[in-house]
Amino acid sequence: MLTYLLAFILFAVGLYSVINKRNLIKIIMGIIIMEHAVNAFLILIGYRISGKAPILEKGTSVTEFVNSAMDPLPQALVITSIVISLGVVALMVALAVRLYQHYGTFDITEIRKLRG
Amino acid sequence: MLPLFVAIPLGVGFLLPLIEEFRERTRLFAVTVLLETGLLLALSLVKFGEKSIYRLGGWPPPIGINYVLDGLSSLVLVVISGIAFVTVLFAMTYMSKYENLGKFYGLFSLMLAGMYGVALTGDVFNMYVYLEVAAISSYALVGFNRGAEELEASFKYLIMGAVGSVFILLGIAFLYGSVGSLNIADISVRVSEVSDQSFILLSTALFIVGFGLKAAFIPFHSWLPDAHSSAPTPISAMLSGVLIKVLGVYALSRILFNGLNLPSLTPQLLTWIGAGSMFIGGMIALGQNDLKRLLAYSSISQMGYITLGLGMGGIFISQGKPAIATLALIGGLFHLVNHATYKSLLFLFSGGVERIFGTRDLSKIGGITRVSPVSGATGTIGTLSISGVPPFNGFWSKLVIVIAAIWGGLYPIAGIVLFTSAITLAYYLKVQRELFLGEVVGEIADKGKISPGIYVPLLILAICCIGLGLLYLPEIRGIVLKPAALALQEGSEYTQLVLGL
Amino acid sequence: MSGMSPIVKTVTRWVSPFILAFGIYIALTGHLTPGGGFPGGVIIAGCFVLLTLAYGKEKVDGVFSLKSASVTDSLASLSFLCMGLLGYVFGRGFLNNFIQSGFPGKAFELLSGGNMPIINVAIGFKVGGSLFVVFAYLALFRAIEEE
Repeated sequence: MLTYLLAFILFAVGLYSVINKRNLIKIIMGIIIMEHAVNAFLILIGYRISGKAPILEKGTSVTEFVNSAMDPLPQALVITSIVISLGVVALMVALAVRLYQHYGTFDITEIRKLRG
Repeated sequence: MLPLFVAIPLGVGFLLPLIEEFRERTRLFAVTVLLETGLLLALSLVKFGEKSIYRLGGWPPPIGINYVLDGLSSLVLVVISGIAFVTVLFAMTYMSKYENLGKFYGLFSLMLAGMYGVALTGDVFNMYVYLEVAAISSYALVGFNRGAEELEASFKYLIMGAVGSVFILLGIAFLYGSVGSLNIADISVRVSEVSDQSFILLSTALFIVGFGLKAAFIPFHSWLPDAHSSAPTPISAMLSGVLIKVLGVYALSRILFNGLNLPSLTPQLLTWIGAGSMFIGGMIALGQNDLKRLLAYSSISQMGYITLGLGMGGIFISQGKPAIATLALIGGLFHLVNHATYKSLLFLFSGGVERIFGTRDLSKIGGITRVSPVSGATGTIGTLSISGVPPFNGFWSKLVIVIAAIWGGLYPIAGIVLFTSAITLAYYLKVQRELFLGEVVGEIADKGKISPGIYVPLLILAICCIGLGLLYLPEIRGIVLKPAALALQEGSEYTQLVLGL
Repeated sequence: MSGMSPIVKTVTRWVSPFILAFGIYIALTGHLTPGGGFPGGVIIAGCFVLLTLAYGKEKVDGVFSLKSASVTDSLASLSFLCMGLLGYVFGRGFLNNFIQSGFPGKAFELLSGGNMPIINVAIGFKVGGSLFVVFAYLALFRAIEEE
């Protein structure tokens, strides 16, 4: 239970950073932290106490494997979401650098050509 | 046939940047994408009304990913393809002076692939992946001009979109943790057997926040006016016309209606979110002077109508009034189709206006009808449709929503809808007065720029605006809109189709 | 920007072939052991990033430029799509493992996954290419700033 809570604390830290920070890079880091918290949570969902890694090895029967292995599906989901967050973060960093070239600052309160 | 909807745009999206690495061939890119969207439009029209599922990789449904074509998804497919076709037709002329068009059309195709995927897939996580494909392409497309404002809008959109995606993923995690399946049909079978419903409610709340960020419901709307007004005009039309509907409302209602069987209180919540978005979006739009920003706020308001229609449908389903529920759902979906046509018409029109006058500030320009009668006329049709003047399509869908609200006894909702219609009429009358009527105001940058390539797409959409009013007739409505509404209403039908129970 | 100190260069020269080989191994045996196209591609891209950092952009440009990375990226994604479409044409559906059903290999051997290894290789190239593109573009930004 505590580990689940830790994942949520991590999520809250990320959300706090996105909402409350003024520096673009810190906002990006907040998003990264949130994504990792959710990934950790997904992995925890598939966890099983003293379970094995879900890799079928030579000589293990399938029923034995099913009874001892962890749920592989969340792990597949996590690697997909890692790939997606990689794309998003790359785009965010590129945009942040471009914004720095235009405005000369990373402070969002000074990047404000658009109203509302 | 169904995977071709995703595979064709995906292939074009990878091919065009590859060709661009060796040679810049603007015409070729545009024609390829036009052919692609035309082919997809034909395909979606051929497939319209069909009910089938496709097993990806040959795996049977609860295990593998499956694509589902039912009434609702075939309607959404036609909307996506139609708007994309017209937009590309417009972009052929409008975007021809820009650089890096291979990347532009490539990203456009990827965005299409993502939207088709969201419309077709029957798996929650697969939906998330397609949603991200479409969303990431749109983040890049909003900042395509690489000016300071475009980048700022794109960054804002990106941050909000990323937070929304994280919420959706967390919702999926909770859903998988408590239900143990990701297939929407399988979830709807298992969800009633779950003993602890609190996690289901939690994941519903997370979905509403996440998809609400994508659909720009009112507390989460702040990115939309910036992104939609800063994007290149064809992209604004795509974003406002299709993307927020498919990624936001369609995906949310698919999960809530077909997957989770409408957890208690969610229809009420959706209805009030819809009413709030509708009212507040309209009020803010009243005060706007930039044409594109006005259209963007009006998008928030019109998205409210769609959400409201679907939410009311949910309320009536849970109250056991199936006939009125169908009517309300038809109203919401009818408005979805209508809003896609006239909002993309108006955004494309605003691009034409910017070409003619060099600015979008309503106080500095005027008399468009004298400068270019054709675009003036199409713009007038668009504004009349969106403000709900009788012969045009916008009137009929609002009428259906109001009738459903009154028959179902939700009088306050009906009042808000009528009042918001009046607000909508007010701010489009302002556009009429400032932009269309009267003497020519402002400098005409270049009259020769209004070529057939600009106004033919506008004409097509304007004809659609008039013609789609026919959907109100019960016979045509029964063929086109009713299967879509029933797909949401009859969850068991969807389960039967997918799982073959 | 002519790279780092001789120590870094020498170590990089010694280590990078092994990193590349490890990446290829991970990508090729993805259907048997933990790993697969994505981790393999990341390791391959890491090797090129290391070379770029150690030797400077100009020297690596001749071997593995931004253009070639982006072409690799597009080609690999197209070949992935082709594998999917081949499954659609010859097998039971899009991305169906039609080689596996035609020629089932012996389990736990290299040639047993049907079209999984081919897809893994395609993903490996795709991820390697696109990660390098991301890195190279961000390095390009910095180069513009320094001017």
